[in-house]
Amino acid sequence: MSFFKTFDWFTFLLYLILVVLGWYTINAASYDFDEGASIFDFARPSGKQAVWFGLATFLIVLILCIDAKTYMGIAPYLYIGVMFLLFLTIFIGTNINGSHSWIKIGTFSIQPAEFGKFSTSLMLAWLFSQYGFRFTEFTDFLKACFVILLPVGLIILQNETGSALVYFSLILLFYRQGMSGVVLWVGFCFVLIFVLGLIYGEALVLFLIPFMVIAMIYGFMDDRVNTWRMLGVVVAVNLLYYALRHWIDLPASISKYVVYRWVGLSLCGGTILYCLWLTLYERVRKYLVVGIFAFAFLGFHFSVDYAFDHILQEHQRGRIEVLLGLKEDLKGAGYNVNQAKIAIGSGGLSGKGYLQGTQTKLSYVPEQETDFIFCTVGEEQGFVGSASLLLLYLVFIIRLIVLAERQRNIFSQVYGYCVTCIFFFHVAINVGMVIGYVPVIGIPLPFFSYGGSSLWSFTILLFIFLKLDASRIERY
Amino acid sequence: MQRNYKLANRRFVIGALFIIVIILYIVRLFNLQVVDEKYKIMANDNAFLTQTIYPSRGIIYDRQMRELVFNQPAYDLLVTMRNVKNLDTLDFCKTLGITKEVFDDRMAEIRDRRRNRGYSSYTQQVFSTQLTDEVFARMQEAMYRFEGFELRPRTIRQYKYSIAPLILGSIREVNVNEIKKDDYYKRGDFVGDFGVEKSYEKYLRGEKGKAILLRDAHSRILGHYEDGKYDQDPVAGHDLVLTIDAELQQYAEKLMKNKIGALVAIEPSTGEVLAMVSSPTFDPRLLVGHARARNYQELFLNPYKPLFDRAISAAYPPGSTFKPTQGLIGLQEGVISQYTSLPCSGGFVFGNFRMGCHDGEAAWTLAPAIATSCNGYFGWCLYRVLTNSRKYPKQTTLTAFEAWKNYMVSMGYGYRLGIDLPGESRGFIPNPQYYSKNFGTENWSPVSIISISIGQGEILATPLQIANLAATIANRGYYFVPHLVKEISGIEQIPDTFLQPHKTMVAPKNYDVVVEGMRQAATIGTVRTAGNLAPEGIELCGKTGTAQNPHGRDHSVFMGFAPRVSPRIAVCCYVENAGFGATFAVPIGSLVIEKYLNDTISERRKPMEEEMMNASTLMWMDVYK
Repeated sequence: MSFFKTFDWFTFLLYLILVVLGWYTINAASYDFDEGASIFDFARPSGKQAVWFGLATFLIVLILCIDAKTYMGIAPYLYIGVMFLLFLTIFIGTNINGSHSWIKIGTFSIQPAEFGKFSTSLMLAWLFSQYGFRFTEFTDFLKACFVILLPVGLIILQNETGSALVYFSLILLFYRQGMSGVVLWVGFCFVLIFVLGLIYGEALVLFLIPFMVIAMIYGFMDDRVNTWRMLGVVVAVNLLYYALRHWIDLPASISKYVVYRWVGLSLCGGTILYCLWLTLYERVRKYLVVGIFAFAFLGFHFSVDYAFDHILQEHQRGRIEVLLGLKEDLKGAGYNVNQAKIAIGSGGLSGKGYLQGTQTKLSYVPEQETDFIFCTVGEEQGFVGSASLLLLYLVFIIRLIVLAERQRNIFSQVYGYCVTCIFFFHVAINVGMVIGYVPVIGIPLPFFSYGGSSLWSFTILLFIFLKLDASRIERY
Repeated sequence: MQRNYKLANRRFVIGALFIIVIILYIVRLFNLQVVDEKYKIMANDNAFLTQTIYPSRGIIYDRQMRELVFNQPAYDLLVTMRNVKNLDTLDFCKTLGITKEVFDDRMAEIRDRRRNRGYSSYTQQVFSTQLTDEVFARMQEAMYRFEGFELRPRTIRQYKYSIAPLILGSIREVNVNEIKKDDYYKRGDFVGDFGVEKSYEKYLRGEKGKAILLRDAHSRILGHYEDGKYDQDPVAGHDLVLTIDAELQQYAEKLMKNKIGALVAIEPSTGEVLAMVSSPTFDPRLLVGHARARNYQELFLNPYKPLFDRAISAAYPPGSTFKPTQGLIGLQEGVISQYTSLPCSGGFVFGNFRMGCHDGEAAWTLAPAIATSCNGYFGWCLYRVLTNSRKYPKQTTLTAFEAWKNYMVSMGYGYRLGIDLPGESRGFIPNPQYYSKNFGTENWSPVSIISISIGQGEILATPLQIANLAATIANRGYYFVPHLVKEISGIEQIPDTFLQPHKTMVAPKNYDVVVEGMRQAATIGTVRTAGNLAPEGIELCGKTGTAQNPHGRDHSVFMGFAPRVSPRIAVCCYVENAGFGATFAVPIGSLVIEKYLNDTISERRKPMEEEMMNASTLMWMDVYK
């Protein structure tokens, strides 16, 4: 079958739409009211972006011309090469605000971390497609983890935490490949404990932990009997507590929170002990795992404050405090997000019109051509435009899942999921940051944010997958 | 490839996760963009800087169109920190006339965000305000050397003549209450403080204009929004033409120098105030610019109270200047005629009661009684008014006194006249209830209040009210509310209240008798006596007063007008603690009249003019009799 019939033109079209809209928006974001320059002015970001895109078309042709099998073959070497480059970058990278992630070659700068994405994805796909690789085996699981954590470590050493976080999105790939859903659940619980603990304090967390454990017993062990049993006890104890508190007046010297602390701690402790007892009684090791998780929740909760105060850097702490609404700091850590929200919020239903935005033009929004470019969309195109863009991304990502699922070999499928996860993570974190749902993490919005490295990296990432997809009928 | 269908179903979990996240985001966007209005307002605050363009304040002229108050450019020195480069600090300090320490302190103060909120190194900050002319001249020449600094013109009020501070008033920054009361004002605006600057504030201030400017995140101004489509030009304030004659005012102030008191001159036919002096006075320029706060404080604490407008705010016993009103009431009530003579046995003697009189025993008719200021005559006159049982058969005293009070009110006493200046006092005219309450009975005897007939006792009047009486007599029975503004540019006429004549309750023919008396006073009576030379060629009519004063030496009072036929000026002069009316008030009053009517003072009267200008009564201020 010819390439033109198997190539997924729909995704390609979505790609083109996004890139052109992005370019169009970059022009608006960097537009100057007074000078009013041309979109093709090469001194301006929009003109440069046009050049980057022109060069990217060559890349696309090149990628599509290379035989699909080649990608599998070169994956380990590419991975090792890029890892070496990342390692070098730690030492030779130019210092930009304390981050050493850019290498300057003449007048060009490249960010090797961007190329880590597709090489790591290829490497993962290669690993999964090796003969005898079984993800559910612990050693193979560790291998996969290593492939991901190596670039993460190197990028963190470059002090570019945002880019490193992208790799954690691959946990969805692991889930798809057979990792227990417990891990996702536990991860979710950890986030919940962290956030709720900081905002509402201890009582709520202690109240929730038993329910989190019960949900595990129900969802992953499918043990209905013990689920109802534990749920009954926990609910009864809580009700009793509230009833007693209602009827008995405590002396003013004893805070009701202190009292609940003991109730909550006993419930958590009871849950853990019950899990241990079940382990011994039922001879099922999984109960022990649940018990250990429950214990970890408690431990995590009690170490949050310590971690928050001592492990996070000050700017990270500030961002989280502002995000959680613990602190209002519109001049400092909260400035960017507040200005971003003002810009987006001022767009209204249908926006101020192309090139009419005042907030983005007058540079109230920082990084408006790169990380905060979504603000320009929000301000100039309003709710209609920005919601449509999100839907466009959703269609794009769902399409990628469909493509990944139709692959006939594990290499292409794993790679496809990597691509999907990375795109999703970028969109979710970037937009989430701009609308104040996620802490400020400087990662670009795919195809929209200005910058050659990111445009190329996303293009390579996508088109390798499209090439693999186009060759899905071939046997290898 | 083997397909694990249980795992394959996980694609739906992953897809659902994506969909949920995007839906959450869209809901959030809907809240931010469509539901919440807050961000739209914040966006405007961010990007638009509405800059106020101040209108020029109205100019104030005198009746001869001489400029009294005008706007003068003053310069503020501004600095944009970011643009300050290669500054030769020593040179700068020398040119500005400050020390290096002052410079360093000031720069540190500007940069300190706690003391200077909203500081930005991109925007202009005020380094110092209202440079003196001398410093400005030096700075302007040297500005090219001081990159980042700029001189900004601003207007302040300035005065051509050093006269009439309390009439002209001054301007100051608005206070919190004024901002609350009137939307027009914003912090840092100027508002009239007293004088016509205050009472005509609404006309003088004009309308502010505005420019809507775009500004970026560094507060840099990027130009006018939509090329100034929404900008508004300011409208200049209305100019005022005052009724004051600057030269007469100046002359009167010279005469009143070193005396405590007031002088009011009114044009009877219009009610226009020609001159109004409250003494001691001060230079209105003291309350301009930098020095205002300090000078205001000094004036406020000055024991002679120069900020107190004695012409309209001080309520004095009118003394004998009150007598003509009593004659008028007597005639109108029909208890006397111009031929009635009333006895004076060295005063008003009633049983054991005695109100002394200075001119021995006699029996006068009304005109000579006014001319000699006979206490006995006016005592009996008031006695007759208050015991007129033929007209008021029931409760004679109370009813008659009520009528008496109404006559007084119709002559402008007892209430504010309504001059266009803030702070006017109403003086005091008692009513029957007042005495009934004070005496504890309604059956009080007219004799016990007889001293009000000679303007003593409870009676209080402002110099303005006394001058207004002179104008009323000059007009033979009516007056216009005295006012200071003749014209407001761009407005057809001054407020109607100043254009309506107020008729008194006394018939014009009765006034002729009183005018005759006041004329005699000038020719043969009290106004002529004590060595005063009558002004030549002017038919002066007048009445002296020597107001007894429980706190110290008598006040010297004069009330008069000229010429007798179609009078052009009515004057009241009140000099505190200066003794007889004839010693200070008469000369000063008559000189002002002569100056206004003849424009010069006759040679014969020059020595007196000089004596008056140099005399001081200040030493009597706290002296007790």
